[in-house]
Amino acid sequence: MKHLLNLSVNGEPVEVAVPLHHTLLEVLREDLRLTGTKHGCELGECGTCTVLVDGEPVLSCLALPIELEGTEITTVEGLTKDGRAHPLQIAFAETGAAQCGYCTPGILLAAKALLGRNPRPTRLEIQEALAGNLCRCTGYIQILQAVERAAAADPADYTKPISV
Amino acid sequence: MAVIRDTMAEFDLFQPASIDDALALKRRYGKTSWALAGGLDSLDWFKDRIKRPEVVIDLSAVESMRGIRETDDADGVEIGAMTTLTEVAEHAGILSRFGLLADAASKVATPQIRNQGTIGGNVTQDTRCWYYRGGWPCYRAGGNICYADTPTAINREHALFESNRCVAVNPSDTAPALVALDAKFVIMGGGGEKVVDAEDYFITPAKDITRMTILEPGELLTSIRIPGTWAGARFYFEKVRDRQAWDFPLVNIASAMKVSGNTIEDIRLVVNAVGPRPLRLTDVERQLKGQSVTEEVGQAAGELALLGARPLQHNAYKIPLMRNLVKRAIRGTGARA
Ligand SMILES: Cc1cc2nc3c(=O)[nH]c(=O)nc-3n(C[C@H](O)[C@H](O)[C@H](O)COP(=O)(O)OP(=O)(O)OC[C@H]3O[C@@H](n4cnc5c(N)ncnc54)[C@H](O)[C@@H]3O)c2cc1C
Ligand code: SF4
Ligand code: FES
Ligand code: FES
Repeated sequence: MKHLLNLSVNGEPVEVAVPLHHTLLEVLREDLRLTGTKHGCELGECGTCTVLVDGEPVLSCLALPIELEGTEITTVEGLTKDGRAHPLQIAFAETGAAQCGYCTPGILLAAKALLGRNPRPTRLEIQEALAGNLCRCTGYIQILQAVERAAAADPADYTKPISV
Repeated sequence: MAVIRDTMAEFDLFQPASIDDALALKRRYGKTSWALAGGLDSLDWFKDRIKRPEVVIDLSAVESMRGIRETDDADGVEIGAMTTLTEVAEHAGILSRFGLLADAASKVATPQIRNQGTIGGNVTQDTRCWYYRGGWPCYRAGGNICYADTPTAINREHALFESNRCVAVNPSDTAPALVALDAKFVIMGGGGEKVVDAEDYFITPAKDITRMTILEPGELLTSIRIPGTWAGARFYFEKVRDRQAWDFPLVNIASAMKVSGNTIEDIRLVVNAVGPRPLRLTDVERQLKGQSVTEEVGQAAGELALLGARPLQHNAYKIPLMRNLVKRAIRGTGARA
């Protein structure tokens, strides 16, 4: 049976009719067509499904959307502003912090949450904040460098068009 | 063996707004129902189709089960069962008085899991034995064999103590800290409120092989009270795991010690992931009272702690590991006195 849920995703209210046993990941990808959020292990072990709920990272594969009515959900699609890339996205592109890119949406969001609460994190703080996100390609070093690079940029600096 | 990792089978979901309503639902649906807290353990079972409750009682809307309050007992705190591990790890009062618990909570899994996982779920979570979690019909699943205790079993994570047919361990990081702090668990059920010592919340397979805690199907853990008794004591928490994020403990230790000069006046010492429940080392505690904090005393305590340990084929490494953790809990790892 489907239920009508009222969610707020990337700053916009959305009404969606879904079965209550579907996870937030399923609803984002299949009902809302926000396929930037990736589907990985489904068990809490990879972090690629990370989204922000009220600014804090959670695993969408292990969350039920009905519990999130009244919260603000941010997916990777919500990082851009007026078609321009977020400083973190620019830093990731310019540092080579994404290879296959499968982990990138989750890592961008975990990094955004970190910079929101700690604009000038140390390397160790970045490592701790990203400890819940696996990357099988990069070896992590460029990812850490990219977050440092974004932290050094002006957070309000949405300069490049999203096609960087 | 059902392993469908992506989606869950359908269930009816209720979102009671009060403890009474949640209990009424538990009574009405009994064993066909499942209490849902953060969902990290629960949804994993549902996706694998190994546990298939018809009714899920989501506790997330029960406001009175959330948050941390000061109690009348001087220095004590009460933590609602639905409080997240992040809140526990970052709460100023817990950090200043019961740093042991904050430390343990901050070492659970990953930031995401701590944001979603609750303290009630963390202490009530099921064992991670992969035969059982993979859907093998073992003793714990109602069958009549333990797949982890056969000549060819892979049992590196399994128990040294208190096994009885089942050799699985309790994997919680917060549980040993709460036992060391002498916390009281508040349980509500048909008969009203019942308060038990943290130590007595956890059970061995000898008592019931299908459960990890004393919770009956009609009951809920509503809060955890930490008395002021051990506030500001000398604490030690250490968790050894294969990788520094994500992993469950191979062995962890939590201790609370009152020291005057260099003499141990009182101590509570608890180890987890070596048996089906957090193992309180009462003999070692008794032995340590009145002793000084020295290398030799720590060493002797480590030896005593391991009496009765029975390793399986692949987990004997836990013996020296636990022995050293006991020693470090007593003498610390910093500059030696
Ligand atoms: C990838 C991964 C890594 C992990 N690593 C660690 C780790 O390193 N250390 C560690 O300690 N834990 C670890 N965990 C466990 C995780 O912290 C727990 O699964 C989680 O805390 C369970 O809590 P929850 O709130 O999600 O509860 P749920 O999964 O919703 O519930 C767990 C169980 O407890 C019952 N329950 C929950 N709350 C109540 C209540 N108030 N009353 C009655 N019954 C209740 C549920 O019915 C269910 O049976 C890990 C989990 C995952 C998925
Ligand atoms: S250790 Fe326990 S849970 Fe694991 S297979 Fe044996 S009986 Fe089952
Ligand atoms: S898909 Fe959610 S943690 Fe892997
Ligand atoms: S870039 Fe491929 S997994 Fe991280």
